[in-house]
Amino acid sequence: MTTDIAVRPAGFWRSELAGSVMLVLAALVTALVVAALIMVFSGVSMPQIGLALTSLATGSFGSPQAISETLVAATPLIIAGLGFVIGAKAGLFNVGVEGQILIGGMFGLVAGFSFPDLPMIVHLPLALGCAFVGGALLAGIAGWLKVASGAHEVITTIMLNFIALRFVDFLLRNPPVQNPERSDPISRFVADTATLPKLFAWFDPSMRVNLGILLAVLVAVFVAWLLWRTTLGFEIRVMGANQQAGRFAGMNTARTVIVAMMLSGGIAGLAGATLTQGVLGRASPDFAAGLGFEAIAVALLARSHPVGVVFSGILFGALTAGGRRMQVAAGVSLDLITIVQAIVLLCIAAPMLIRTIYPFLFRPARES
Amino acid sequence: MIITLDNITKRYGSFVANDSISLSVRSGEVHCLLGENGAGKTTLMNVIYGLSKADGGQISIDGKAVQFASPKDAIAAGIGMVHQHFMLIPAFSVTENVVLGLEPTLFGDRLDLDAARKRVRDISAQFGLEIDPDAPLEGMPVGIQQRVEIVKILYRAADIMIFDEPTAVLTPQEVIEFFKIIESLRAAGKAILFITHKLNEVMEIADRITVLRHGKVVGEADPATTSSGELANLMVGRPVSMLVSRTEAKAGDVVLALENVHVTDGTSKLALDGIDLVVKAGEIVGIAGVHGNGQTELIEVIAGLRPIVDGRICFAGGDIAGISPRERHRRGLAHVPEDRSIAGLAVTMSVAENMVLDSYYEPRFSRFGRIDWSSVRKAAAQLVSQFDVRTKSVDASAASLSGGNQQKVVIAREMSRPIKLMIAAQPTRGVDVGSIEYIHKRIVEARDEGVGVLLVSTELDEVLALSDRILVMFDGRILAEFDSRTADRSLIGLAMAGVVTQSQTHAPEIAP
Repeated sequence: MTTDIAVRPAGFWRSELAGSVMLVLAALVTALVVAALIMVFSGVSMPQIGLALTSLATGSFGSPQAISETLVAATPLIIAGLGFVIGAKAGLFNVGVEGQILIGGMFGLVAGFSFPDLPMIVHLPLALGCAFVGGALLAGIAGWLKVASGAHEVITTIMLNFIALRFVDFLLRNPPVQNPERSDPISRFVADTATLPKLFAWFDPSMRVNLGILLAVLVAVFVAWLLWRTTLGFEIRVMGANQQAGRFAGMNTARTVIVAMMLSGGIAGLAGATLTQGVLGRASPDFAAGLGFEAIAVALLARSHPVGVVFSGILFGALTAGGRRMQVAAGVSLDLITIVQAIVLLCIAAPMLIRTIYPFLFRPARES
Repeated sequence: MIITLDNITKRYGSFVANDSISLSVRSGEVHCLLGENGAGKTTLMNVIYGLSKADGGQISIDGKAVQFASPKDAIAAGIGMVHQHFMLIPAFSVTENVVLGLEPTLFGDRLDLDAARKRVRDISAQFGLEIDPDAPLEGMPVGIQQRVEIVKILYRAADIMIFDEPTAVLTPQEVIEFFKIIESLRAAGKAILFITHKLNEVMEIADRITVLRHGKVVGEADPATTSSGELANLMVGRPVSMLVSRTEAKAGDVVLALENVHVTDGTSKLALDGIDLVVKAGEIVGIAGVHGNGQTELIEVIAGLRPIVDGRICFAGGDIAGISPRERHRRGLAHVPEDRSIAGLAVTMSVAENMVLDSYYEPRFSRFGRIDWSSVRKAAAQLVSQFDVRTKSVDASAASLSGGNQQKVVIAREMSRPIKLMIAAQPTRGVDVGSIEYIHKRIVEARDEGVGVLLVSTELDEVLALSDRILVMFDGRILAEFDSRTADRSLIGLAMAGVVTQSQTHAPEIAP
């Protein structure tokens, strides 16, 4: 992978990657300081604030149990974030991740309870495949509408989110999805053979982290491989960089847009499966609970880089897991965590702000 | 009135866009600022017009130092600028456009257009602009719109007038008219700074010439004692040949034939209204014409990017209606698009990626849907050296290249496979003189190897220099045909404006 005219990259600490990492860390520190200030102004005592911040840390990475919870929260965020990344690379802003999680999750769920006699080696991949198909179909509608009529994907995917939400509601209130033993809208349970197995049940049965986190890493590797190693990925990236140039170079832009949208939605559907076939084991109304939108934030935080999504997903997962502990231990509202996440994002979206606050971190390499 | 720039310096990071530039413009004088793209002309204009702040140096008017924080200050000091891209609102009338931002009002904030209308009429009469104050901008020819821009700055009582590449959008006839206006402005004592990269214009209109290269003043000249060749050498920094050397064309078989082609512009309006056209192997057919007379549609319908409404297009022996753009590429069609940043390159992607934009799927670059980047980069590196693309690496983004080198990437890509026909649309727009020379040489070489070339350019000089036959497009038709050996520049100019005498009428050969 070298040519005679390639240049050597600069040292790591002056590289773009280091800059991004530094930016995120500085943003996180800033966000925590602001969170502490908010607690001060809302009358929380100093020791309580200290307790809140320490429990945020211990609740996310303080123990094997905490790490497990962090990874559980990170799993759907990473996968759905990766789905968003595929769309973003093709220049598509897929706001429909939420709906695709719901539909994908439902497809996985139905496949997960419909074939109780299959062995796991067949059943689990089958159900995951169905989840992928479900998300892909929903997103494919938006892709097709865009190609056929020029309808913008932001509008169509938002509308499809509502349709997905109501459709899930409908399914949960009617057989065969509704649990026959329940009167409220709760689904049947997924069969064990279609459930993502817990990874450390042999160590501690209460550790909920399951195969989903490995699936997330696998999807990240797949997405990176697809985007940078395949002809389809190249077409997708050209769509995002300059669709007109792609069209002039003979690419089938309509096909590529639809395929990119379906891949994006399919991967988001897998994220739904990690819920219904994972920690939840069943579906309830709106089980996605805004994860789809959080996943967009995760993808944007990683600047739409698949490997970055794994880390930003874990960061957001840690904030969620630590935030729950914070709420229990210090009695501080979980909403505060949402504020922290929002401030981290704000700082990333406005990097000049962070560079102004911490100029010493970003001093440019001296010009020779 | 005299405006003096003294050691103006402007840096962007470590890049010096203007390196202590000094010049002055007196009233009643046309001072031409000549330089290639990227020489720092626009930066200097922005500094003068208050759009960006100089890092060093001093601007003074009549010996008094001035500081401009915004264009507002510059306008107040009597500076006016006609931008390359007009700042006009099509739905408004001339007067409304002129007063925009400076609306005269009566008591109670009522708009007083009558006073403005009278002043527009006066200004128009004084300088021979022939502008109707009440005419709507919509549908006005570009040349007239430009005059509205001139009225706009005269209305603001500008004594120092800056023109940024004013002739880029004009027909040859309009250029003549425009130069008359410049004459009358000079006669009225305006100080005129005229930015251009066209040498013949400089020779015609300038009283004094300053040549910029790499942000520095590399020479000052008097048009009476210099030649355009000398200026070109100054501009590029080495001797350049202004003439394209080429031998007589040896035209072979017909590679492209259009018969009675009709195309719409996306709505129901006909953009091509019965085009008949033949390109043979080994000849360059130049399409001259003012931008917007159907050239874009002509290129796109041949490339397969626009549906044909009526007629027939034969390429390399067969009818190609309904055949995908990619299949046309495979059959030997190369296409250098009109606007490289819009349609020719994905500028955020690397040079290597752009080199294979239309061939990445071929077996030499990919197997089973997997791209073999090492062979892509090897091929790209070879093209980079073969076509003299100046880039620090094939992995550098296309955006990091100069306009000329970007265009060389497009040309290298299009010529990197066996081709029968090359559509070269505005192949040297926004390209430095050195690269123009190189690109022209390549196009002629392709012709000599037996490629049919369809050259579409709004630069008449380029069409004249390269073409074996010249067709003039006007209003969706081919209005006239000229043999380049005997072509008369002024007759072509007239045809571009829609005026044609019987003897030049385009008589297409019948395609086989």
